Amino acid sequence: MRKISLSNLDKAFALIAENAKLYIPVDGKGGASFKLWQEGVKMSDALNTVRSAKDFFFPQMETLMEFKTEGKNIEIIDNRQEKEDFVVFGVRACDVKSFEILDRVFLSEPVDSYYASRREKGVIVSLACGRPSETCFCKTFGIDAANPAGDITAWKTETDLYLLANTEKGEKLLSAISSITEDCDGKAVEEQKKQISAIMEKLPLSNVTTEKFGAGKTKEYFDSPAWDELSSHCLGCGTCTFVCPTCQCYDIKDFKTNEGVQRFRCWDSCMYSDFTLMAHGNSRASQKERFRQRFMHKLVYYPDNNDGMFSCVGCGRCLTKCPISMNIVKVMKTLGGKEND
Amino acid sequence: MINETLIPKLGVITEIRQDTPDIKTFRVVSPEGKKLFEHRPGQCAMLSIPGIGEAMFSITSSPTNTEYMEFSIKKCGCVTTWLHAAEPGQNVTVRGPYGNPFPVDDVFAGKDLLFVAGGVGLAPLRSVINYCRHYRDRYGKIDIVYGSRSKDDLLDYQEIINEWATDSGVNVHLTIDREQEGWDGHVGFVPNYVKELGFDTNKIAVLCGPPIMIKFTLEGLRSLGFEKTQVYTTLELRMKCGVGKCGRCNVGSKYVCKDGPVFRFDELDELPNEY
Repeated sequence: MRKISLSNLDKAFALIAENAKLYIPVDGKGGASFKLWQEGVKMSDALNTVRSAKDFFFPQMETLMEFKTEGKNIEIIDNRQEKEDFVVFGVRACDVKSFEILDRVFLSEPVDSYYASRREKGVIVSLACGRPSETCFCKTFGIDAANPAGDITAWKTETDLYLLANTEKGEKLLSAISSITEDCDGKAVEEQKKQISAIMEKLPLSNVTTEKFGAGKTKEYFDSPAWDELSSHCLGCGTCTFVCPTCQCYDIKDFKTNEGVQRFRCWDSCMYSDFTLMAHGNSRASQKERFRQRFMHKLVYYPDNNDGMFSCVGCGRCLTKCPISMNIVKVMKTLGGKEND
Repeated sequence: MINETLIPKLGVITEIRQDTPDIKTFRVVSPEGKKLFEHRPGQCAMLSIPGIGEAMFSITSSPTNTEYMEFSIKKCGCVTTWLHAAEPGQNVTVRGPYGNPFPVDDVFAGKDLLFVAGGVGLAPLRSVINYCRHYRDRYGKIDIVYGSRSKDDLLDYQEIINEWATDSGVNVHLTIDREQEGWDGHVGFVPNYVKELGFDTNKIAVLCGPPIMIKFTLEGLRSLGFEKTQVYTTLELRMKCGVGKCGRCNVGSKYVCKDGPVFRFDELDELPNEY
């Protein structure tokens, strides 16, 4: 394990930024967000960014290809390019786990080359959560806020930042800043881990369990009368899907430019009425059906297809952002019954 | 850079056949005049016109056709309306094949086959029917029940009359919804006609058509003694990627694009009723 004094953090950032684009969480008007580090940019102390870190690998909008059309002719232009090396610093345990969940979708055959090339170039430096909040329930999904994964795991104390490489990519990055870090024992880290675990135990959502959910539960929950009540106030705004680190549904659309046509991919939401709309009808015509799809996907369908892994990391963003205060915890408590309360 | 399934191949429409008042069949080849890619009966492909959109269609031509692919397309939305206005020589983009085919080489082998289609629902079955006709000696008796609103709405009518109906061991049963001048064939809805014809149950049945036709035909077949394990269909839901990633064509935990579009009815029973 290495450590660096917080007063030297800017120097470390400068060293990292020499070889790769470096993104860190930065405070802004609407809360924290990942921003490109430059001289003078300070790291946020916020527990988490408003939007998740999924943008780094699955951006909200990206061009897939271009076309030139003239009369009856079409030219297909594959303008994919080698991506640049980049480092994302300060990713929380929940968001780090979300990459594993997205990997199962985008890196399964046929591999999504756009996602894969970013995954290949990105280095993740995670940051343990010193102060998990009352909307956090990562523990429900087996995530340890005190010991996040990633290429490097970092722990921040009052005075120092402790760094532990978990992968070859991580080792390489650590060696690049070795001149301003020093070897250390893990005592301070162990102490912080204990403190974080103690906080996690006391959090209001610490008793939410996944026991009642997972693979093979479609029949049990699909026709539950509870969906009517749960979905009755849903506005279909899609905010939950946009802030969600694991929501991965996308749309592909064409945009006519002056030069030709750009085919782009953008985030989509199963909460929207036109998501499944076809010329002859809609397979999920009501908001109840769309609402049910989102939660069944996270709690049952995704586990069905991914060895029981859930498609939620308990980051709590949907709890704070939903305009009608509906969220996955309420769904789990209602469907799972009293035992889950 | 690794191969990317979302990036299509270039295709050229070489022939357009007006099949019915609202269905045209498009013949597509590569710019070099070759077949774009191989497929299996029942698989689909994404067709697009840049700037208009991309949509999934069943490949109606048989895999045994080595020269081109065909798509029978009903005019009903953005992409299809644009295609209906296109002329031969028009370029399109094509990617695929997607989905699982009908099990023509194992489950269907050696069996009597019953195909039941309604309207444009014949399009995906034509690929299977012509595949089975091509390898005629691998299959038993073939019955085809096909119905449409009117005589003019019967897809591939000339091919059915001139080729299918003249094959030995192939029985074609056509029906239209209402009496029509110049039609001396059967009149009535497909599900009732299937029951009237009263097939023996020692065969595999394949259904494709409007949801209401499928529902009542399945009930009809069940009343004749068919098990759900003997009856197949092919589903259609909105799709964007074709490879189970964009997240919209799922029925429960199955993606129609990747785990379907071909399903057996006992498999569908395991899924929620959301298709």
